[in-house]
Amino acid sequence: MRNNWFRRNFERFARWIEGTEPEEDKKSYHIVPDRIKSTKELRDEHLNSREAVKGHYINKGLRKRYLEWESSNGAVFFHHLYRVMAVLICITMIFLLLLVTSHLPVFGEASNPAHNEVFVKYIEDTLADTNATNVVAGVILDYRAFDTFGEASVLFIAACAVTILLRQTGSRKKQKVSVPSKHDLILTKAATLIVPIVMLYGVYVILNGHISPGGGFSGGTLIGAGLILYLCAFGAGQMARFVNYRRYLYVNLAALGYYALAKGYSFFTGANHLDSAIPHGEPGAILSGGLILSLNIAVGVVVACTMYGFYSLFSRGDI
Amino acid sequence: MKIFEILLLIILIVCAIAACVSKRLVTAIAIFMAYSLLMSVLWLLLQAPDLAVTEAAVGAGISTVLFFAVLRKVNVIRSGEEEGDEK
Repeated sequence: MRNNWFRRNFERFARWIEGTEPEEDKKSYHIVPDRIKSTKELRDEHLNSREAVKGHYINKGLRKRYLEWESSNGAVFFHHLYRVMAVLICITMIFLLLLVTSHLPVFGEASNPAHNEVFVKYIEDTLADTNATNVVAGVILDYRAFDTFGEASVLFIAACAVTILLRQTGSRKKQKVSVPSKHDLILTKAATLIVPIVMLYGVYVILNGHISPGGGFSGGTLIGAGLILYLCAFGAGQMARFVNYRRYLYVNLAALGYYALAKGYSFFTGANHLDSAIPHGEPGAILSGGLILSLNIAVGVVVACTMYGFYSLFSRGDI
Repeated sequence: MKIFEILLLIILIVCAIAACVSKRLVTAIAIFMAYSLLMSVLWLLLQAPDLAVTEAAVGAGISTVLFFAVLRKVNVIRSGEEEGDEK
């Protein structure tokens, strides 16, 4: 079946290449319109070609009846009905959602379910459990570490998808005329000043994630933004000196793998903060909080790689 | 400080509406970037400095840059030499 289809189409294609195709075949390609056709003509032609192509596989009578119905009054009526129903459904949904919203507890009231004992537990016990003075870091990288792992994985999967869709390799790469990177004077000078500060601040935010506000995600995006600025200012040639595809891949994988292993170990040896081999350190010092510092670094690396990878793939199709 | 916050919120709403109704995509992206920047200042005033840093980096920085990259990819902005005489 499939072979037949392929052969028939290939023959048609070959005839088309040589220009010896019969007239009725020519019509269905609509490659060279002699004149601008009216909408009705185009529509009829479209219907005919659709019938010609698909008629082989679908019951012809049903198909014909459907096509006839499509241009009758019934279709017009159906389109009107569609619009009316869309508006009605929208209004119903809005009404339902507003009704549900009116049953929500009053915003900011002390007796709300959000103000129960859970957050008190976290605020009181985080310092003793994890030795992280930043409670948010303690929660997202210790109590809820698997959530963060999921988020990092989502970023990694998104980067993979973009790479599959947009990376230009092999023959596709050669076809593209490489645009010479022009060095804008203002951008270059500004980047020389700003990039080191941005990078340093990103590293600071990551390393102090368990002590002060911030952490892997904020610091990682800062570093990613710095890398993007550097790429914009100095071009791909300079960037290729320390980032290439293999290195990007290995660093990303190593960070994500380390996160999985470290957190797996942590949960294996006692997710409920039983004794484990990881020292907790002095609260407030850089080397404290057990695994939180290294997990912050891993998350930061994944986020920075993803941000830079997105921009690089979107703008020039390679890393 | 209260007045400053209210002022920022009003500009925020104006920015949100302007980003929706502006006809040119490039203008809409620039307004969206201003929106993110205002939002990050507001996060700071609401005592969430970590969110402020993230909002400034992601909202005002990376998402804007990504929007521009995509617009160039789909040829709304032309890249290279003709960048200056775009519409």
